[in-house]
Amino acid sequence: MSNVDPSVPTPDAGANAEIQDMADREYKYGFVSAIDSDVAPKGLSEDIVRLISSKKNEPDWMLAWRLQALERWRRMEEPRWAMVDYDPIDYQDIIYYAAPKKKKTLKSLDEVDPEIRATFEKLGISLDEQKRLSGVAVDAVLDSASVATTFQSTLAEAGVIFCSFGEAVQKHPDLVRRYMGSVVPAGDNYFAALNAAVFTDGSFVFVPKGVVCPLELSTYFRINTANTGQFERTLIVAEERAAVSYLEGCTAPRRDENQLHAAVVELVALDEAKIKYSTVQNWYPGDKDGKGGIYNFVTKRGHCRGRKSHISWTQVETGSAITWKYPGCVLQGDESVGEFYSVALTNNYQQADTGTKMIHVGKNTRSTIISKGISAGRGQNAYRGQVKVLAGATGARNFSQCDSLLLGDRCGAHTFPYLDVGEPTAQVEHEASTSKVGEDQLFYCRQWGISTEDAVSMIVNGFCKEVFKELPMEFAVEAQKLLGISLEGTVG
Amino acid sequence: MLEIKNLHVSAEGNEILRGIDLTVREGEVHAIMGPNGSGKTTLAQTLAGAESFTVTEGEILFRGRNLLELEQEERAGEGIFLSFQYPVEIPGVSNRYFIRTALNAIRKYRGEDEIGAMEFLGLLKEKAAVMQMDPELLTRSVNEGFSGGEKKRNEILQMAILDPKLAVLDETDSGLDIDALRVVAEGIVRQKRADNAFLLVTHYQRLLDYVVPDRIHVLSKGRIIRSGGKELAAELEKEGYAWIDAPASGAKG
Repeated sequence: MSNVDPSVPTPDAGANAEIQDMADREYKYGFVSAIDSDVAPKGLSEDIVRLISSKKNEPDWMLAWRLQALERWRRMEEPRWAMVDYDPIDYQDIIYYAAPKKKKTLKSLDEVDPEIRATFEKLGISLDEQKRLSGVAVDAVLDSASVATTFQSTLAEAGVIFCSFGEAVQKHPDLVRRYMGSVVPAGDNYFAALNAAVFTDGSFVFVPKGVVCPLELSTYFRINTANTGQFERTLIVAEERAAVSYLEGCTAPRRDENQLHAAVVELVALDEAKIKYSTVQNWYPGDKDGKGGIYNFVTKRGHCRGRKSHISWTQVETGSAITWKYPGCVLQGDESVGEFYSVALTNNYQQADTGTKMIHVGKNTRSTIISKGISAGRGQNAYRGQVKVLAGATGARNFSQCDSLLLGDRCGAHTFPYLDVGEPTAQVEHEASTSKVGEDQLFYCRQWGISTEDAVSMIVNGFCKEVFKELPMEFAVEAQKLLGISLEGTVG
Repeated sequence: MLEIKNLHVSAEGNEILRGIDLTVREGEVHAIMGPNGSGKTTLAQTLAGAESFTVTEGEILFRGRNLLELEQEERAGEGIFLSFQYPVEIPGVSNRYFIRTALNAIRKYRGEDEIGAMEFLGLLKEKAAVMQMDPELLTRSVNEGFSGGEKKRNEILQMAILDPKLAVLDETDSGLDIDALRVVAEGIVRQKRADNAFLLVTHYQRLLDYVVPDRIHVLSKGRIIRSGGKELAAELEKEGYAWIDAPASGAKG
């Protein structure tokens, strides 16, 4: 594949003149809310951690957990093995806490700060919408604080807890304590440790035994203040025979400085439980010269703890300057199932080193990986996947398919599969393909009457079909549109 | 329908077509023949608007419109189609979907309504049967895994559905066995009407046994050096192209 160094411009290839870097495109969500923010001083220290903890009114055990994590983090070294290139991050040059000033406690939607409401409307998340009719509850997160959690009552009737992480620490401390850190412990990796020390908020979902959550749960994130690192922490627990589908969608405004996003997501599925976690990620990717943009260094992991439990990750990633994440599953319960469906797009100077980890521990476990990487402009897209079958994980089965699509001749696609099989009765299959949308294909489409934009869209959608069909309906539509917008101007 | 006047075309700085004059009227079938490198494919692709070729001089009028002003998709909307010498594969996009998208794009250009799903399927089935194409092929990705013959049949099928005014078929007969050739030829003949026209680019005479041309033009080194009626094909088949470079013909490049 291409060895293009994204920081070095390559000479134009005349023959591929049709496929070039983007035309000017205003990032659709580029705006900033003029909301009063309660902002901490820059830098990371024990004091800042204490500040965060006290702002959130946390119990002592939570503060202790944070401080331990901070200690851990200080002893760790930032990893640089990924195939991504970025300027060193100055961790002292980041604000670790910012919350919009709440004027009063909110009991209903009418009491939401009108400025905040307006922000949400611009993002297309109207809290006024009849989300309930379409079956979606929305937990809107602005910066590092939750604002309004809707439809609590519907969920409460079913016994489902869906609230901000902060609220969960207050109202359901036992549950949080029991499960938090059990999938991604603070010492797991550098960014997980950082998150454990300074996380401010995120979502908490708890679905009790036998309950199928009646609504598709959804959350939106948005970084508002400059230099604010986004450290979200989400925990979803599905007890025996419970089921839940959760949607995560992100947007962020245009910025000149890079912003770090080191979130942690933990999923726990007990016996016969099912968790479906879908993400459509559209963070600011940097401008056409590769300046600015979000760094998305996320640790997401699902623990199929129970027998016949099932966790599936579906993601469409089109944003961020750098994406570094491996949503994975630990298949501990016998007959448990882990799935990963992903479309990752890199355009202009975006870089991605992403993939999944499937660890087979129990007996007769099964995992499926379908990864579609699309590279355009000078984007670099690396798939890194690990399928690990431990000795004793008899009857384990894995199927992986990694396909890359290159748009143009200055982007790159790379695949690093790690198959570590320590069990003779396991079956592991891996397929990979690389294809290119070339000028000849576009010419072919165009002279049959199909415009360049439609042709690229058609080809790309055909490529992503298998993944899109795993997304919940409304996300699938949004994902297709997002892909279209992200690819605008990459050709012609 | 098509008027080409003094067309000069270059690619990467080299002049390939050096003054082509050609007129094609409605209802006519013209054949372009000539040795390799004479510029046949360049001519075909230039008509479709391929960007690797630059028109340095001359004009092309299509049904009264200046073709060179139109984008590739617009030319398709106006009714020009190019059937490729090497049809391209498009993985992940089914034939059915592709043809329907193309058909709707053209209808939209012409201000017509899009075709309904059921109507389209009916049309597709009908034309596929005529082309003796296995319907299963239509669910597969465009040209993916198709043999050379299947690709050509697919091209003709698409043409039958899109119904162009001027079909430019570039080396349609290359790589076809006798039966496939006959099916493709019959597909072309069936398309032929008083209000459309065909430009067949071919090396060999055998296609012209089935699709009888009104005029044959011999291209050499970027110029049409000879034009004639259908008998010219038999003569070329017999004599080859060697006579073209003979000084007596005065056609030195």
